[in-house]
Amino acid sequence: MKIAVSATGKTMESQIDQRFGRAASFIIVETETMDYEAIDNLATLSSGGAGISSAQSVAEKDVKAVITGNVGPNAMNVLKAASIEIYKAAASTVKENVELFKKGVLEKISTTVPPHFGLGGK
Amino acid sequence: MKIAVLSGKGGTGKTIVAASLAASLSESQYVDCDVEEPNGALFLNPEIIETTPVNVLVPKVDESRCDGCGACAKACRFNAIAVVKKKVLIFPEICHHCGACVIACPQNAISEVQREIGVVETDRNGRFLQGRLNIGEPITIPIIHKLKQSVREDKINIFDCSPGASCTVVQTIDGCDYCILVTEPTPFGMHDLKIAVSLVRKVGMPFGVVLNKAMAGDKTIQTYCKNEKIVVLMEIPFLREIAENYSKGILPVKMDKAWEGKFVRMFSSIVGGIEL
Repeated sequence: MKIAVSATGKTMESQIDQRFGRAASFIIVETETMDYEAIDNLATLSSGGAGISSAQSVAEKDVKAVITGNVGPNAMNVLKAASIEIYKAAASTVKENVELFKKGVLEKISTTVPPHFGLGGK
Repeated sequence: MKIAVLSGKGGTGKTIVAASLAASLSESQYVDCDVEEPNGALFLNPEIIETTPVNVLVPKVDESRCDGCGACAKACRFNAIAVVKKKVLIFPEICHHCGACVIACPQNAISEVQREIGVVETDRNGRFLQGRLNIGEPITIPIIHKLKQSVREDKINIFDCSPGASCTVVQTIDGCDYCILVTEPTPFGMHDLKIAVSLVRKVGMPFGVVLNKAMAGDKTIQTYCKNEKIVVLMEIPFLREIAENYSKGILPVKMDKAWEGKFVRMFSSIVGGIEL
């Protein structure tokens, strides 16, 4: 299964980025083979609607699930429309979280943080 | 004639200055452009007789024509549109009403519909105008724009700006003849005054400073203004009596006639100092 993980870097050893909309990058992982591809998250530069743009980017990669820290309301709406499940990261690196996901122990996220949470709550 | 009252820092006394000036001049119209939290009405007690909605245009998709190509989402500079699974999702609050999506759509599937974001309110005798942004709306500019279209050109328009020095303030001072910068003798007041000064200098607008809450022992603002060759139009002292009355909705000009004279004289010195 193809999934996206919000990350601060571009490898499987990178740390999780707790922010979804303004995550530095997304690691797209094929869970069967652990093959991966890193994509820059251009939405970090946008003045608004970062979550919407991020969700659109991962949806275009045809992922079935996202692992991240927090998701805002607009990103949640786009991910839902794309039938992408959202899971709460429970370990520090991308790789560890993917392993936990494969074991089925990550919790699903169904509630959002307030808008602009990833900007320091402004 | 159009005079804008701005400050940079919030709470320095824009409203006390703008409302006092408007109340002191018989041919004035006070215009509350702090549309997120207009409060001039608390002091001027206008009788509002007309409320006009302010609408913006946001996209609407005709799903029978849309083929889900995603051109609209790519065209949007504000991330207000997402297209997933060939379905268009629109986020109207984020939309900046530019219409790019309408032009970008190859299927002509997008039209624009009106969406109300706030109102403009007018009083009975044309002395008062205010904008009110609906709760939860992030974009103030269309309301300021409507306010500026609605002013009585035959009167002296006094624009009470929002705090800060960003788009809302820029939109408000655009086309004005003079700016009054209100500040206070605090580090924050000083810091934000400098930002406001750089703004009005950049747009090339004549301006002067009103020092509110002035204290006898503190000359930091006066010294800064002297060094920068900025005129200090008025000092309002830091007095309990002024604050107490203000908290009851009573302006200094209503408390003591001498203040009315001071504001009228300030206006005369502004008019005398600029070429219209």
